[in-house]
Amino acid sequence: MSVIEDRTTAELQIDGETVVFSPVETLLAVARRHRREVPTLCYDPRLDPFGGCRLCVVELEGVRNPVASCARAAEPGMVVRTHGEALDKHRKTLLEMVCSENRQIDVEPLSGYASQELAELADRYQARTGRFQGRQSGKSKQDDDNPFILRDYDQCISCYRCVRVCAEQEGDYAISVKNRGFDTQITVEFDGLLKDSSCTFCGQCVQTCPTGALADRKALRAVDLPGEVVKTRTICTYCGVGCSVDALTKGDKLVGIQPAMDGPANQGALCIKGQYAFDFVQHEDRLSTPLMRGDDGELHPASWDDALDRAAQGFLDARDKHGRHSVYAVASGRAPHEAAYTTQRFIRAGFWTNHIDNCSRA
Amino acid sequence: MSNPLEDMSKPDVIFCIGTNMTECHPVAATGIKKAVARGAKLIVADPRRIPLADMSDVFLPLRVGSDTALLGGMAHVIARDGLMDESFVAERTTGVPEFLEHIKQMTPEWAESITGVPAADIEQAARWYAQADRGAIYYTLGITEHICGVDNVQSLSNLALMTGNIGREGTGINPMRGQNNIQGAGDAGALPNNYPGFQSVIDPANQAKFEQAYGHAVDLEKGMTKVTALELCGDKIRAMLIDGENTVVTDPDRQHCEHALRSLDHLVVIDLFLTETAALADVVFPATAWAETDGVCTNTERRVQRLRAAVPPPGEAKPDWWIVSQIAKRCGIPGFEYESAKDVFNELCSLSPLYAGLDWDLIDEGRHHWPVPYKGHPGTPILHQDEFENGRGVFKLIDYRDPAETVDDQFPVWLTTGRRLQSYHSRTQTGRSAGIDYLLAEESLETHPDDVAAWGMADGDWCTMSSARGSVRIKIKATNRSPRGTVFCSFSFNDVPVNILTGSGYDPVTQTAELKVCPVRIEPIRDGVTAPS
Ligand code: SF4
Ligand code: SF4
Ligand code: FES
Repeated sequence: MSVIEDRTTAELQIDGETVVFSPVETLLAVARRHRREVPTLCYDPRLDPFGGCRLCVVELEGVRNPVASCARAAEPGMVVRTHGEALDKHRKTLLEMVCSENRQIDVEPLSGYASQELAELADRYQARTGRFQGRQSGKSKQDDDNPFILRDYDQCISCYRCVRVCAEQEGDYAISVKNRGFDTQITVEFDGLLKDSSCTFCGQCVQTCPTGALADRKALRAVDLPGEVVKTRTICTYCGVGCSVDALTKGDKLVGIQPAMDGPANQGALCIKGQYAFDFVQHEDRLSTPLMRGDDGELHPASWDDALDRAAQGFLDARDKHGRHSVYAVASGRAPHEAAYTTQRFIRAGFWTNHIDNCSRA
Repeated sequence: MSNPLEDMSKPDVIFCIGTNMTECHPVAATGIKKAVARGAKLIVADPRRIPLADMSDVFLPLRVGSDTALLGGMAHVIARDGLMDESFVAERTTGVPEFLEHIKQMTPEWAESITGVPAADIEQAARWYAQADRGAIYYTLGITEHICGVDNVQSLSNLALMTGNIGREGTGINPMRGQNNIQGAGDAGALPNNYPGFQSVIDPANQAKFEQAYGHAVDLEKGMTKVTALELCGDKIRAMLIDGENTVVTDPDRQHCEHALRSLDHLVVIDLFLTETAALADVVFPATAWAETDGVCTNTERRVQRLRAAVPPPGEAKPDWWIVSQIAKRCGIPGFEYESAKDVFNELCSLSPLYAGLDWDLIDEGRHHWPVPYKGHPGTPILHQDEFENGRGVFKLIDYRDPAETVDDQFPVWLTTGRRLQSYHSRTQTGRSAGIDYLLAEESLETHPDDVAAWGMADGDWCTMSSARGSVRIKIKATNRSPRGTVFCSFSFNDVPVNILTGSGYDPVTQTAELKVCPVRIEPIRDGVTAPS
């Protein structure tokens, strides 16, 4: 976010209420801050205003046609109406048309962070009337066999959020728009595979898509698992940026990751590792019991009791035979603070030395 | 980092050195991309033509390990052309006369002779950085993994002090941390020279504090670093506890490392998998993984954040802190009665002045950057705003030193190592995640096309790469990202254990290994045998 240099505030009117706004806000931002339900489809708060879907229109006194609130800067003295019969009818008609273009409105919530937006709006405005006989825009790219991103453009409504997030947020410019109208197609260079483009598989396009046209293939592996999708807020396990994510689970199974749009370090951004590299957690290679080296020289499963005794005894033996300076510990740069803290305390309170380090040196 | 991540889109001049940020910290790199799109100037210094270089306004392709010469040359230009921030230098720093004297000899021409970077480009970079309203420096392991890692960092600090590019929004000296909680491991006291909160172990006041806290006097001397400890395994060091680290694969000089761990009387490893390191242990404990563990981590901008468990662990796996506490209890060490991660974290807060204003509940939303000296303090997103840690910023006199080993007739090529976007460390995690192999199935040696041809090979051929310590087989990949005479690969694949080759030296202060520079010889493999070149 950029700093607001000019802190003087200005006023405008929304639905008869006088409200205060700051100079960089759009009408949509002001309206939403004052809890007006203004519907949007092509809008992603992290991106530059686009003004494509016109669902967010509001009435502005002195202006003949309704204006797209997501793209209009708030100005002092404006008189704005965010709802009313004409606006609602306009929005409903727009949604009916959008819905008619798509094969299905209801998509699996595992598809992506914003995947339910169209379905929710269709419900709110009762727009599943089938009043328009739709021609579909966009053709699905079935032959892209990448394991991360499903490209089902039959579901595309040309909001360009994917293209814009890729360019503005990621700076990758991997995808673009070809043609116009019903022939509109989101594409990569030479109609090719994402793998052969500058795509880094950050998944941002998937997470901003409001219809499931772009969907999270990894998460969709879990479609048939029973149970609700539960989200748990945590921090990515990979690099030091510390992106906030929601871990998606169904029962005891970790099924996917979604970026936290309000994550303080990442504001919704992620990279391929944070987005897709989570299968290690529930991998069959995980250790599930302690192991102890037997007389045969091999490691064998052991009880916690035996393994802990053996571990402790080894440190005590070393101390007794070679002195307390013969014991050393290396803490992890991957585990939480509590691991490192207890490990250093083990050395300092147990052997009274400073023989402790972590792996940052290599 | 001296400044928060959100500052990355704010500078008008950005100097990235030794950081392949688009691959190693992609999300952070988006901030830089935004700044550049806004018109900020980007200076990139790296031996390889990394993707960031493609975006830069000036690219300084320096010879591996010659950073101090480049930075000395830049300092010279700034002083010579009268571009110092005189009032900042007068009010906030000390040692400038000696420093100016010291850099007099470091002309850009001299720097060119060592780094191979044209003097004119060094001058341009220096001028841009010095004249910036907000100039910010970003670096990673490309700066620290050298025998002169500390010198490199201090050379960067000299530049920031000369120009006043520190202590303000959009400026600063900003190392990007590679592992999710490497910052936190230091914060929590897993260091041979510091108690929790970076409190020096040789300070008697701290000693008294921890004697009180832990119920016994602790040594007044610093402990050994891990590097020294590995050297003394089987001799002075007899028993070792290693938590969650695949030392054998990620540390330099693999043979030495394996030998060291084998010669211990007692090795205990806590990990998620039976790694190459765990396989050498006497006892292995199964730890709970990310998404199975409640806890705390600190990111590269000193932001303290909560990790939350979402799924149950496999079988009998337990949190690291629980395992260590149980071992401690059975050793008869008092004070390990923790019942939760929260208990442990709150104890840390009570002992660390940097965390004094934090506790488990306060960090729920991750709003604080340490230091947080007291309850109610909002945290410190920007360091050094009014004062440096010890009052004034000190200029350091740095001389250029050759890497521990330099190329010669026997080993004529520079090898430099790093990470790739799709894989992470020893791949115990990314290698076990479905789909990642679709993008990156094997390691290859990035080599300039002219070198590939000169060595009688083609793209995709196999070769043997050897250093003074050993050799590995690896596939050649021709690419202009590598300059002539320098090759690159990552250390992530166990079938190409590059760290058999590395490990020529260590920084004398931090003992960080020189992983970034290693002279090697490359020979084609024909019909399965290495052909002498
Ligand atoms: S995954 Fe990321 S880089 Fe690839 S097309 Fe989507 S937004 Fe762009
Ligand atoms: S999502 Fe990517 S950039 Fe963010 S913390 Fe994880 S690894 Fe780092
Ligand atoms: S949300 Fe405003 S035009 Fe689409």
